[in-house]
Amino acid sequence: MKIVMAIIKPFKLEEVRDALTSIGVHGLTVTEVKGYGRQKGHTEIYRGAEYAVSFLPKLKIEVAVAVDLVSNVVDAIAAAARTGQIGDGKIFVLPLEKAVRIRTGETDIDAL
Amino acid sequence: MKLRHLLAAGLGGAVLALALVEPSLAQTPTVEAPTAAAAAAAPVPNKGDTAWMLISTALVLMMSVPGLALFYGGLVRTKNMLSVLTQVFAIVSVAALLWVFYGYSLAFTNGGGINDFVGGFSKAFLRGIDANATVGTFSNGIVIPEYVYLCFQMTFAMITPALIVGAFAERMKFSALMLFSVLWLTFIYFPMAHMVWYWGGPDAVGNAARALAAATDETSRKAAQDALDAVNADAGMLFKWGALDFAGGTVVHINAGIAGIVGCLLIGKRIGYGRDLLAPHSLTMTMIGASLLWVGWFGFNAGSNLEANGSAALAMLNTFVATAAAAVSWLFVEWAAKGKPSLLGMLSGAIAGLVAVTPACGFAGPMGSIVLGLVAGAVCFVMCSTVKNAIGYDDSLDVFGVHCVGGIIGALATGILVNPALGGVGVPDYTTKPGELVAAAYEFGPAFLAQAKAVGFTILWSGIGSAILYKLVDVLVGLRVTSDEEREGLDVADHGERAYNY
Repeated sequence: MKIVMAIIKPFKLEEVRDALTSIGVHGLTVTEVKGYGRQKGHTEIYRGAEYAVSFLPKLKIEVAVAVDLVSNVVDAIAAAARTGQIGDGKIFVLPLEKAVRIRTGETDIDAL
Repeated sequence: MKLRHLLAAGLGGAVLALALVEPSLAQTPTVEAPTAAAAAAAPVPNKGDTAWMLISTALVLMMSVPGLALFYGGLVRTKNMLSVLTQVFAIVSVAALLWVFYGYSLAFTNGGGINDFVGGFSKAFLRGIDANATVGTFSNGIVIPEYVYLCFQMTFAMITPALIVGAFAERMKFSALMLFSVLWLTFIYFPMAHMVWYWGGPDAVGNAARALAAATDETSRKAAQDALDAVNADAGMLFKWGALDFAGGTVVHINAGIAGIVGCLLIGKRIGYGRDLLAPHSLTMTMIGASLLWVGWFGFNAGSNLEANGSAALAMLNTFVATAAAAVSWLFVEWAAKGKPSLLGMLSGAIAGLVAVTPACGFAGPMGSIVLGLVAGAVCFVMCSTVKNAIGYDDSLDVFGVHCVGGIIGALATGILVNPALGGVGVPDYTTKPGELVAAAYEFGPAFLAQAKAVGFTILWSGIGSAILYKLVDVLVGLRVTSDEEREGLDVADHGERAYNY
C-alpha cells in the first residue's frame, strides 16, 4: 500500500476528484494548506502598506491505494491538476504500513 | 393578604385625596393666568425641529456603534477583532455616563473666571434641566428641548474618544484605555467642546444688539454696548476668535487625531510591524462600517444645524458630495500611483472627505465642498501611503492620516469656502440686523487666520494634554500589554473570548 500525496491548485480539486473516481479510487482526504515553491507570491497593498505574500493557498490531497494502482493514480492526478503554469504543485508517494476501517475492523487492502 | 389590604386602602385614600384636591387643580389655570401669558412670549420648540434632532442623535450613535466599531474591527487581525469591538462599545458607554454626570455642564455652562477654557458644574448631574427646558439654535427665536440638545452633544463626546482607539489598536491594555478615556474626556474633550461651541445664542446677542440700536443718548448707548460686549464675552475662547466649526472638525477630528498620533508614538509599534503581514482581516466589515458612518454622518453634520431647514439640507448635500468626491479622488490617485483601485483606499477617501467637510458643511457651497473632498482624498492618500512609511510611525488604522490631516484641511478650507463669492453662506452675523442672521462681509485674512489659530491651538491643547495623560496612565497601570499577550491577540489576552469560533 502507498499514500499518494499531492499539492494542487485549489480550483483543480473537482477535476482531480473526477479523474480519480474514473479509475476506481473512492476516497480522498483534502486539507487547505499554504506554501511556496518556484511560484513567486504576490504583493498586497493596504492603504499604502505593501506586503509580499509568499505563501500561497494550495490544497493537499491524500489517497491510500494498493501498490498496483499507484502509477495510475499518479498519472490521473498529474493529468487533471496540470495547467502548464508555474505553481501546479507536486505529487509525493509514500509507503503505508497498515490500514484499518474503524467501522468493521477490516485491515489493509480490505480497508481501503 | 395583609399587603393587598394595605395597597387597596392606600389606593382608595389616594383617589379620595385626588377628589378633594380636584377643585383647586381646576382653579390653577385662572390663578396663574398672568404668569402663563408672560411665559407665552418665550419661544416654544417646533415639533419638526425636535423630531429631526431626535433622529440625528440616534444617527450619530449609529456612527460609533456599530459603524466605527465595524470599520475599525475589519481593519485589525482576526485575533484582535473582539478587542476593538469591546473598546469602542465600552468607551461609548462610559462617555455617555460622564456626559450626564459633569461633561455637559463643563462644556455648556459658564465657567466663571476660566470661562474661556471650560464651563462650570452648575448643570452637573443635569441639575435644573427638565423636559420643558429649551436651548437656542442658530436662528433667533427658535429653540429646541434641552434634553435633545444634550443627548445630541452627548453622542459627539461618545464617538470622539472611540476614534483614538484606531491609532494604537492591537496593543493597548484595556484597563489603560478605559482610564485614559475618562481622563481625556474630562481634561481635553469637555474643555475643547466648551471653547468651540459655548456661546450665548442668537437671542441673547440679538436682544443686546437691539437694545444698542434703540439706545438714544450717550449713557444708555454705553450701557447697551457694555451689555452686548458682556454677551459676546460669554463664550468659549475659540468661538470668540471667530473660528468656524460647524459640526466638530477641531473638537472631534483634529482633537482625536492628535491624541492618536501622540498615543501611537508613546506606545510604540506593533510587534512585527514592517515584517509580518498585518493585513485587515475583513474588508467586508470595514465596508459595512464605513457605509454606516456615512449614513450616520448626516445626523452629525446636518443635525449640527439644530433645526430642520434649508441650512440643514445644505449640510446634508455637502456631506453627500464632499464624501463622494474624496472617495473618487483617493481611488483614482491610488490607481494611478500604485496600479490598482482598492476598496480600502476608496473607503478611506470617503472617511477623509466626511472628516474634511465636517467643519465646512454648513458654511461652504456644494461646489466648494466637492473641491474640498477632492483635495482631502488626495492629500490623505499621500499622508497614509508615503509620509507615514517615510516617517515610520505605526498608526495602526490611520487615525492621524485620515482624521487629523482631513480635519486640518477641512478647518482651514472652511475659512476660504465660507466666502459667498465661492458659493459659501458667509460668516454669520447676529448684530448688524438684530433678530436676524445675516452674512458679514467676507475678508480672507481674518477668516483664514481665525481657522489657522483654532487648528494650531487644538494641536497644542490635545497634543500636550494627551501626552501628559498617557504618561500618567502608563505610570498608574501601564499602557501596553506584554509581548506574549500581544502575540496571542487581545481577544483572548484581555477579554477571554474570541470574535470567531469556527
